[in-house]
Amino acid sequence: MTKKDLGLLILILAVGAVVTMINPRFILPINIANTANLVGMFGLSALGQSIVILTGGIELSVGSVIALIGVLFVDFIATQNIPWPVAAALMLVLAIMLGLTHGLLITKFKLPPFIVTLCGLLIYRGIARFYTRDATAGFAFGQNFPKLEFITAGRSFGVPNSFIGLIIAAAIMWIVVHRSVFGRYLYAAGKNEEAARFSGIKTDQVIIAAYVICQVLTMLSAIYFAMYTRSISPASHGNFYELYAIAAAVLGGFSLRGGEGSIIGALLGVVLLQELQNLVNLLGIPSSLNFAVVGGVILLGVLGDQQWGSFRERRRIEDAARGREPKQASAE
Amino acid sequence: MTSVAAHIEPASAEPFLTLANIRKVYPGVVALSSFSMSVSPGEVIGLVGENGAGKSTLMKILGGVIAPSQGTITIDGVPRASLTVADSMAAGIAFVHQELNLFDNLDVAANIFVGREPLTGGFLRLVDEKKQHEMVIPLLKRVGANFSAFAPLASLSLAQRQMVEIAKALSVDARLVILDEPTSILPLSETEKLLDVIRALKADGISVIFISHRLHEIELIADRVVVLRDGALVGTLDRGEIDHQRMVKLMIGRDIKVPSAPLANAPGNIAMSAVGVRTAAHPAQPVSLDLRNGEILGLAGLVGSGRTELARAMFGVDPIYGGYFELDGDKFRPTHASQSIARGIFLVPEDRQGAGVLLDLSIAENISLPDLPAHATSFFVNRGLEIQTAERQKRNLAIMTPSVATRTGSLSGGNQQKVVLAKWLAMSPKVMIFDEPTRGIDIGAKAEIYRLMRELADVGVAVLMISSDMEEVIGVSDRIAVMHEGRVAGILNRDQFSGENVLLLAVGKTIGAKTEP
Repeated sequence: MTKKDLGLLILILAVGAVVTMINPRFILPINIANTANLVGMFGLSALGQSIVILTGGIELSVGSVIALIGVLFVDFIATQNIPWPVAAALMLVLAIMLGLTHGLLITKFKLPPFIVTLCGLLIYRGIARFYTRDATAGFAFGQNFPKLEFITAGRSFGVPNSFIGLIIAAAIMWIVVHRSVFGRYLYAAGKNEEAARFSGIKTDQVIIAAYVICQVLTMLSAIYFAMYTRSISPASHGNFYELYAIAAAVLGGFSLRGGEGSIIGALLGVVLLQELQNLVNLLGIPSSLNFAVVGGVILLGVLGDQQWGSFRERRRIEDAARGREPKQASAE
Repeated sequence: MTSVAAHIEPASAEPFLTLANIRKVYPGVVALSSFSMSVSPGEVIGLVGENGAGKSTLMKILGGVIAPSQGTITIDGVPRASLTVADSMAAGIAFVHQELNLFDNLDVAANIFVGREPLTGGFLRLVDEKKQHEMVIPLLKRVGANFSAFAPLASLSLAQRQMVEIAKALSVDARLVILDEPTSILPLSETEKLLDVIRALKADGISVIFISHRLHEIELIADRVVVLRDGALVGTLDRGEIDHQRMVKLMIGRDIKVPSAPLANAPGNIAMSAVGVRTAAHPAQPVSLDLRNGEILGLAGLVGSGRTELARAMFGVDPIYGGYFELDGDKFRPTHASQSIARGIFLVPEDRQGAGVLLDLSIAENISLPDLPAHATSFFVNRGLEIQTAERQKRNLAIMTPSVATRTGSLSGGNQQKVVLAKWLAMSPKVMIFDEPTRGIDIGAKAEIYRLMRELADVGVAVLMISSDMEEVIGVSDRIAVMHEGRVAGILNRDQFSGENVLLLAVGKTIGAKTEP
């Protein structure tokens, strides 16, 4: 855990303590479990986003993919009667295809990630709405998928399974990012693609893989969201979720220039973001102000981090100047 | 004419700037101690010294960026303890930095007057383009510019950009122009143009301080050479005394062995050949060239002659548009650096910080990067192994660092270059390509790089060295291939080595019959 991660953790605990003092319902198990469920679902897409941001890219289509996969998955299992594991496998294939397409357009056709994924955002939203003719996709009365519902919306020992899913995914991604050869290549390609290429790293493959991983994690999160809401109106489902994912990564210490950030940081970023959402509800702040509160806190957080960094740098130099100058004088 | 009448103004014999006993102490280091010098109008002073000798400190004091701890700076007879940036500008001291401070997206005139644009239109504060243009023309004329005031900066060569910087200095009525390593980024022919500009400045009575690692240019241009070592003035050479050996001796305090006359290793077999290779720079010109085991082949030529593109094509980072390379009897057309690396072809690139190393990674991480699967247990990086390799390479190449976990960006240029070398030497090179390997590196580290190149050749590696530094090309190579506009204009053997021959071929002339047996 880096110092930055530790700072974030302390911030999360401090905010939690303050909210608890004002409204003790914050630490009720029911509230914690609900928040953990949201952390789990948003966390999966934030993890994916973080991997892409690590390469210096961005994935804006997350919210639309959550809508598209949501309507397809629900339609497949509820209307087309496809067994849910098969439907999930089909969604996995679709997610891999989407990631591959984005990655190829960005690396081989040299299009900017912002443009490629912005077009994705528009295209997938359009397809989702067209697929259901703008109708809400949902389950018929009494339709049940006990196993799937347990995995996605159930709880084990009181812990939401979506949260457990996130922890498993995060543990795997931690190993991939921080311990594997591929992870090292991700950092190298994100920090300086040219130098990475000059060291023989196939940076195109690394970047494509990042977009595939992002889409696969987004797909998982899409299925969790679909089973959580159980009814998906394709025009609004998942709107702005890419921005939540990006915000979580940025809060968690990722640099949009690439090459910086950690999985722990991304997780903490998600937790803080959901804590803030929860705070808006519990403190009786009008929910219409939700975005404004979250935006304001992120801005203050990033500003504070920036100022703290330059303050420490200044102090370090001043200390060095004060601490060592007399020694030098006596040595002469 | 009497000697007095020869002076345009009688006062010009007086130095307009004098530094007396300047001393600058930083925590932990004495950057400059009891340094004195004076600058007379129209004088060209060569300032030489290894990296860390105190040159930049001196420049910062003259620029008013830092104040000396002791000493007096006298300008036009007025003594002061220190200068502010405004003082320095008012005194007419102008800098042309190694990294040019120009805007690619503006034209020449806009660059010269950036921040001081002549205005029109009252409160609208519009740029008076016409007036700006009129003001620029005489400035460009003084620096002998062959480009228009409307030329976009992006269309200019490096030498032309330096002329823009100098014109900018003239536009503020500079009396002293300080050129910091102006030629290290210039190819040979453009260097000549810059020296002409300096001569023109001198003729106008403007003083020049010329900082360079390229001693040949100092010999050509300087009226006086000031040599710094470890923050102290170690010698001043007057016009008649300026020569290479003296400068080098003063700079390093000992005689340096310029590697001349390499051991007569019989050149080995052909390691790699370019056969009719066409690159993006000059697609109409096929290049054919043989690299031999155990030989250092110097590749000289002007910037833009296609040398770097050839090297990048060999390394697989640039595509080729025709022809092929021959390697162990195979036709080899790499499309990615990984393919070249797999065959033992390694490149030490020109852009060290952009392509050579990852500044934010540690030394160990940089060294293992091209061979990471060998430093991994299945999918996982084996950090122990990584550190082991890095420690071994740190010893072998004498990388000066407290630890191999140190961020590579915190090392000096010479040590960064050693990290680039270390990563390749940790694998087994067959062909090593060096593109401007000693650019911006001090003399001590240079000598070490030359020694390493020679050691590589001695164990049978084929070495290709691209260099724009004449001394280096002639001093280090076993053979020299000279490129001109995309083709190999000629190949010189040791007995034909001379600055003139290299330059003649580089500018597209032919050389006469061998003048020496």
